[in-house]
Amino acid sequence: MSALTLDLRCPGADGFVLAVSEQLSLAGITAVFGASGSGKTTLLECIAGLRRAAPGSRIAFDGERWLDDHHHLPPWQRDIGYVFQDARLFPHLNVQNNLLFGQRRKRTTGSPTLEAVCDWLGLHALLHRAPDTLSAGQRQRVSMGRALLAGPRLLLLDEPLANLDGDSRRQCLAALRHAIAASCIPALYVSHDAEEVSHLADRLLILDAGRVAEHGAMLELSSRIDSALARDEQAAAIVRCTLAAHDSQFGLSELHCEGNRLWVNHLPGAVGTQHRLRIPARDVSLCRERPEGTSILNILPVQLDAIEPGDAPRLLVRLRVGEQHLLARITRKSAAILQLKAGDRLFAQIKSTALLTETAEPA
Amino acid sequence: MTAAELDAIHLTLVLAGTTTVILMLLGTPLAWWLARRSGNLPALVEALVAMPLILPPTVLGFYLLLLLAPDSAMGALWQQLTGQRLAFSFSALVIGSVIYSLPFVVQPLQAAFARVPASLLQAAATLGATPLDQFRSVVVPLCRRSFLVAACLGFAHTVGEFGVILMIGGNIPGETRVVSVALYDYVESLQFAEAHRLAGILVVFSLALLFLLYRSNSHPRMGEAR
Repeated sequence: MSALTLDLRCPGADGFVLAVSEQLSLAGITAVFGASGSGKTTLLECIAGLRRAAPGSRIAFDGERWLDDHHHLPPWQRDIGYVFQDARLFPHLNVQNNLLFGQRRKRTTGSPTLEAVCDWLGLHALLHRAPDTLSAGQRQRVSMGRALLAGPRLLLLDEPLANLDGDSRRQCLAALRHAIAASCIPALYVSHDAEEVSHLADRLLILDAGRVAEHGAMLELSSRIDSALARDEQAAAIVRCTLAAHDSQFGLSELHCEGNRLWVNHLPGAVGTQHRLRIPARDVSLCRERPEGTSILNILPVQLDAIEPGDAPRLLVRLRVGEQHLLARITRKSAAILQLKAGDRLFAQIKSTALLTETAEPA
Repeated sequence: MTAAELDAIHLTLVLAGTTTVILMLLGTPLAWWLARRSGNLPALVEALVAMPLILPPTVLGFYLLLLLAPDSAMGALWQQLTGQRLAFSFSALVIGSVIYSLPFVVQPLQAAFARVPASLLQAAATLGATPLDQFRSVVVPLCRRSFLVAACLGFAHTVGEFGVILMIGGNIPGETRVVSVALYDYVESLQFAEAHRLAGILVVFSLALLFLLYRSNSHPRMGEAR
């Protein structure tokens, strides 16, 4: 577990000020989440030393001073690996020499080998290619490999998937996630995409207008109805499940979650593996009675935990399933007709299409 | 070709070579500074660097002559240090040539440096490269062609120098009598056949150099930078 102490003030354009005082315990992936202009990139650049914070600011990493009133450790002396949104591969070097650029200059020992990094990120076939012959997804994978080989103690990723979409986005996300897990280097991962965050993050730092709105464990924050995540149209709960069986006749897999059965599209994993299931709030509906004769396969008995206050036409409802939580977004009118209140025992129906976005939990 | 002509050609090449080496050493950091800074001081320095492009060489030569004269501070200091007169010496030609050809080296380098994305230097910094290392391992390879252009233009322009040399160097065989001055001598004494020979050599040399330079232009490296 690494400790990053931040006491930062950094003015930007148009009166924007990033003001962050936070003690971050870093292990795994910490997502830095927020809308455009909330200061995510500014925060990363300050941590990397690429941007000067205002006097009085302080950064320390594992007891090592990176920034204070008397001291500004330059970026090339901070043991960081930075993956930029635009990859920034060196155009005059082939992939292999791009990868080795940081390794030849690293100050630490015990970083991963070129061989290992190429395995994690699928780079073997690309080693002798020029950067301008790579696809956007390949460029980001090379950029990630280059950062890892520099022997960082902290990875900083600034929306590495922003220029990708569809399949290449999914593949790149899986590769980055795998590489970060395999390297055991703590990462700060900037994103404005709630779905991406829920796939990746162990911890979450939510920025709003230059300030930390929330900071905590991903699973706990994602089940809150009053967080910045909940305000997102993509709001979703994340539940941990165990893969129980494969049903080859119907092409489905059976997951167990808190003693309940859930059916999802066939999963690649082995029986017994842990999975993280993202269930969007808008795909969950509520019934007083267990529905009969419905096409919906996944119906869970739940207990209503809390209802979002206010008079918006649509409300977010938090539901308890054993030790975990689901979110449902329903209309205020439905809530009134069903006379919902905390403590009610209900049935949650989950559209099966909602369960397509599952990811395996790292071991 | 006469021994005097060979002397003049040899002297011209030594002068142009010495000047080019000094210009590359001075011009590179100067161009880097100009490309990365903005404000009044860099703008003034940029204007000063460009002055030889528009000033008549005689103006530059005149001021240099005053600067280098034995009764000037610099001329006196030089004489004290070396025991030699500075004006009308080979050293004076080198000083004059460096100033006269400065824009031909600084401007292509500055333009090339300005096109190197700052984002690539940031990436290099996060990978452990110090600023000098960033320059050596990112900027220099990306600007390799511009270094070639700058050196060739600096060299060729020094070879073609006449006005400044006549003002501060005079016409001393083996010391300051370069090809362009020797040519002037021939024309003044109506030796047109000899003048043709020297003029022809300069034309062929310049054309060959520029041809080779522009032919190598077919593989631009900066276009790949992003």
